[in-house]
Amino acid sequence: MISYESIEELVRLANESGRRISEICLEDQAKETGLPAEEVFARMEKSFDVMLASAAWGQEPGRRSTSGLTGGEGSAMMRYADKGNSLMGTFMSRAVATALAVSDCNAAMGRIVATPTAGSCGILPGCLIPMYRERGCSRRDVVLSVFTAGAFGMVIANKASIAGAQGGCQAECGSAAGMTAAALVELQGGTPQMCADALGIAIVNQMGLVCDPVAGLVEIPCIKRNAAGVVTAFSAADMALAGIELKIPADECIGAMKEVGDQMAAALKETAAGGLAATKTGKLLRQQVFGKNKDD
Amino acid sequence: MIGPSSSHTAGACRLGRVVNKIIDGGSVRKVKIQLSGSFARTYRGHGTDRAILAGIMGYHSWDSEIRDAMEIADQRGIRYCFIPEDIPGAHPNTARITYTCEDGKKGVVEGASIGGGNIRVDRIDGMDVSFTGESNTLLVLHKDTPGVIANVTNLMYWRYGDLNIGNFHLSRKERGGTALMTIEIDQLPPEQLIEDLKKMDNIDNALLIRAV
Repeated sequence: MISYESIEELVRLANESGRRISEICLEDQAKETGLPAEEVFARMEKSFDVMLASAAWGQEPGRRSTSGLTGGEGSAMMRYADKGNSLMGTFMSRAVATALAVSDCNAAMGRIVATPTAGSCGILPGCLIPMYRERGCSRRDVVLSVFTAGAFGMVIANKASIAGAQGGCQAECGSAAGMTAAALVELQGGTPQMCADALGIAIVNQMGLVCDPVAGLVEIPCIKRNAAGVVTAFSAADMALAGIELKIPADECIGAMKEVGDQMAAALKETAAGGLAATKTGKLLRQQVFGKNKDD
Repeated sequence: MIGPSSSHTAGACRLGRVVNKIIDGGSVRKVKIQLSGSFARTYRGHGTDRAILAGIMGYHSWDSEIRDAMEIADQRGIRYCFIPEDIPGAHPNTARITYTCEDGKKGVVEGASIGGGNIRVDRIDGMDVSFTGESNTLLVLHKDTPGVIANVTNLMYWRYGDLNIGNFHLSRKERGGTALMTIEIDQLPPEQLIEDLKKMDNIDNALLIRAV
């Protein structure tokens, strides 16, 4: 059984058996649940299908969030990407558009897969869907890579936190970017150690990010932070694949993220009391949605 | 799951589902939902209200009916109200659900949404409990006296041999008073087990809450 207490354990087990991290996790989950491996895989494949559906649903015309503050970000970015003249290139712009669309779907109370949370649900699909559609990755490999993302996410959840209320946005979008970077490395044929390095680089690059949702809603800035997470994940994965070392082991990066989260003021941890939520316009938007508050 | 927040929507729905599992096929007539802490301040924008209501009606955290839960409840003639009011000392995302069924059965369930869609049930009908609802959970209210635990686990083993306990928790208010066993079981125990337990000496009540 895997303890999911360290990244080092996952890398070691994969290296010892000469298999991918995803393969050892799939086998472990089959043992843990008592289900055949094909059944565990089929369940994950279903989750991937939900991701595809959320991206499409989020781009439908007229979709607005329940508060009415957001909507249409994903479809606008996709139209822009399709013109072929974006600064990041079409592939990356579509990835960002996909992340926005899935987050739009979430804000409009659509069905999503929490990866690892609802607030950060755009990052993994934002990266994996373009790999599947435009880079010729097989469905099987893409679904398998979600197991790698999940295994790394479990370590983060066990050793630090994946909740914005506990660790700030770094715990949600930072964790999502890290998990996703590891999945991308595996999809590109990188080694288990490179997966770990990609996770570490992504976490380090999102470290300190606060959770400051306007009106306490998973909309502003959460939707755009999912887009930023996609860019972080791809760049971290590419750096790891280029052989750029992390220097600080991934497990220590996770530990540092927890430290930073513990030191973060409560106003910056999903209480809608600081950061963007506390700006003049942020407060006005809250009044617009919920009416006047007694402390306004 | 249905968004926008794993703790404010999906977890909220699962808290509602605990009620649905307790009433076990019965239908709710009237429900009062008290929302505490962060739930109280952001429930409308996160759909926490609709999600709890949907859960009480038996919907899952991934069912799109969550969006229309109020309309569905109206159609079913369920009366509901939401009261944002802090519960002192409770987890920041806590809900207390007071319900009345068609057959007059009443109850109160209090629990917290602790992140990522996970929940912790804290009180049922005034009794302190602590379980996650991920496994089938057996609650046994009994007199604090030697042998009761052995009798319960022996019955489970000797008569229903394939039941495996994944977690066991005992709480009591005072020595020799009333105690509560919270037993999480990997399999789904048959109804007969509950009937058998209720007939045993020193056992006041037994309740099975299927995994939510």
